[in-house]
Amino acid sequence: MKPILITILTLFPLVAQRQYLSSDVENGSRLYRTNCYACHGPEGASIPGVNFQRGQFKRATSDDDLFRIIASGIPGTAMPPTAVNDGARFAMVAYLRSMQSAMSAVGSGDAARGKALFEGKGGCASCHRVRGIGSRIAPDLSEVGAIRTAAYLERSLVVPAESVLPEHKAVRLVTRQGTTISGRRLNEDTHTIQIIDLDQRMISYLKSDLRELILLNTTSMPSFQGKFTAAEMTDMVTYLLSLKGE
Amino acid sequence: MTRVLLSISALAFSLAAQSVTPERLIRANQEPQNWLTYSGNYSSQRYSTLSEIAPGNAKNLELQWVYQARSLEKFEATPLVVDGIMYVTEAPNNVVALDAKTGAIFWVYDYRISPDARVCCGSVNRGLAILGETLYMGTIDAHLVAIDSKSGRPLWNVQVGDPKVGYSLTHAPLVVKDKVIVGVAGAEYGIRGYIAAFDAASGRELWRFYTIPAAGEPGNQTWQGDSWKYGGGSVWITGSYDPALNLVYWGTGNPGADWNADNRAGDNLYSDCVVALDPDTGKLKWYFQFTPHDEFDYDAVQVPVLVDANWRGTPRKLMMWANRNGFFYVLDRTNGEFLSGRPFTKVTWATGLDSKGRPIRAPNSSPTVEGTIVYPGVQGGTNWYSPSYSPRTGLFYISSWADYFMNVSKMPAEYTPGQRYTGGAPRSPVPSLQRGLINTWTTENGYGAVVAMDPNTGERKWEFKMTDVTGAGILTTASDLLFTGNREGYFYALDARNGSILWKTRLGGAVSSGPMTFRADGRQYVSIAAGHALFVFALRQ
Repeated sequence: MKPILITILTLFPLVAQRQYLSSDVENGSRLYRTNCYACHGPEGASIPGVNFQRGQFKRATSDDDLFRIIASGIPGTAMPPTAVNDGARFAMVAYLRSMQSAMSAVGSGDAARGKALFEGKGGCASCHRVRGIGSRIAPDLSEVGAIRTAAYLERSLVVPAESVLPEHKAVRLVTRQGTTISGRRLNEDTHTIQIIDLDQRMISYLKSDLRELILLNTTSMPSFQGKFTAAEMTDMVTYLLSLKGE
Repeated sequence: MTRVLLSISALAFSLAAQSVTPERLIRANQEPQNWLTYSGNYSSQRYSTLSEIAPGNAKNLELQWVYQARSLEKFEATPLVVDGIMYVTEAPNNVVALDAKTGAIFWVYDYRISPDARVCCGSVNRGLAILGETLYMGTIDAHLVAIDSKSGRPLWNVQVGDPKVGYSLTHAPLVVKDKVIVGVAGAEYGIRGYIAAFDAASGRELWRFYTIPAAGEPGNQTWQGDSWKYGGGSVWITGSYDPALNLVYWGTGNPGADWNADNRAGDNLYSDCVVALDPDTGKLKWYFQFTPHDEFDYDAVQVPVLVDANWRGTPRKLMMWANRNGFFYVLDRTNGEFLSGRPFTKVTWATGLDSKGRPIRAPNSSPTVEGTIVYPGVQGGTNWYSPSYSPRTGLFYISSWADYFMNVSKMPAEYTPGQRYTGGAPRSPVPSLQRGLINTWTTENGYGAVVAMDPNTGERKWEFKMTDVTGAGILTTASDLLFTGNREGYFYALDARNGSILWKTRLGGAVSSGPMTFRADGRQYVSIAAGHALFVFALRQ
């Protein structure tokens, strides 16, 4: 597989910007949650004068500026140095930039209507779970608004297969006895695989007990393009963004 | 009474036996019950002639004892075993003496680390050296400490480098004759590396070889301007010794800054080299540079493996080397002549090696501001994990990261004492140093493997594939067993002839060290560190 580089468009096209792997944004999102979220908030707008989604910074223009500030902090302010390695800092910049390119549908819809779509017309709860309601076949979305941007969520609704993380891949396996089981991969190593199946059972298999093991690049989640109106899409994204965990 | 006398004389014998002379180190192969140096012996093949544990009975291996380290750093050390006593470091720099049969503790030495210590890649230690009744340890604050092996009391402690500007020691020292030889790490902080020998009795420094030559010295012309002053050339891993040739061999690390070579035009000697030194004087006899003008952090951070074997029909003194840059090399260790080099994993930074072993750089492979995709990724095709050579199978075994890439971005590099000096940030979907509990990538992003290479042809005989990558070293034995582990926390006995699994167990923590084996009271044991503990196995009785 050829690695795909993504260039994140920014509001500062004159400054040479870097290209990131999708795994950078992914890692950055995890790191953001651990290191940045408490002060900057889920939208990156909790500090006056700083808004990550609008690309608004007090002291940074380029990616390298952001990198330096993450590394060294800002003396005399509450912004501390972040003790992670350079690659992790880059991933955090990648995520900040991905937030910035995600200005589309933020908060402009109606979260209550989105919730109704989620539980009704969209059929989302038959696979996803939110705050204890719904199925566990697909990932729990109770915190999705804290870890995903609007653009990412919108894209996931249009092209679902693109946003399936490796640890959530759909699997189909055939046991030595000939039983076919489908589910979602929770974890995997050289000799075993852990899944949650369509009956929401957590099962660990020895690979040596399997006749077949297929990690699918497809997903059973349908695209909602054409199924939702533009307004419904906005409502849905608004609802998902409102899910911030406890 | 007779029995008492007998046991006293046996005790006296065993006490005398616990003194390790230079001759014992040279003939370490003749006492396979012991593990007297980091790699088992001076040739660093990590091959043991013990054969009690064998393909037919490996399934009967069972846990004998566990030592739980008090440190949460990676457990990278290989223990020494001397006549029934095991000595091992726990990260960063504490030492424990244990009964090798039971894990019972004789003494503990806790070293207090200076707050000035700074290390790029983990506050770790890989082991000890022994001479006479004295143990030697390098510390992450760049000291060399001598410790009495019977009491755990420090005997002397000398500063090897200044920790405030990034000098550190993480590898096990190499004892040759009456000298203790170590090298410094810290290229990620812009050090100028060196290898130095110390008098084993007093700690006095006897010679120093700079891995980056100064102005006016041969090799300095391979550096632009003053760049040599921060030129790096770390030593991360213990060298090897050929007593007949009286040469010690050490691998050297990357030039600084790692990923930004704009200010260091030239080959940047002696970074990414193997250097052959006279252990009596520290004089350079020859060198071979694997990665001239390195822009990828492809340290020669491997143990030189010395092999006497037929090379295409003629007996020859060889050196085998699977390098971080993705190529497997065979050199003549008498003079450094390049004999062969073939990729053992996917390589895109070079299209091959020329007749002298110099890499032919691929166009557009340099790091850029925007980011450049390069195979192998920053951890390399392999890294510091000890390989093994089995004279029985004639195969060289590598812990490899296969199909693994990085996206390397260049950044400005300006030297400031004590600050990081790397000039870039490589990223990869596969985490570099530590594994999370959940597998968050796919095999398309790289996988771990044990690769068995035929040195004569440069071809793979077999590959043992893992889902995760591996940070484990390899041990082979005269019964054609191959022991290794991986980040998933498995510990394996494979058949060295074909790579099939004979036995495995799950240790519940990533293996970040090399297995070793020893014998006590006639019984063979094999040890491996995983997570924060050391596990010792033997056959069920």
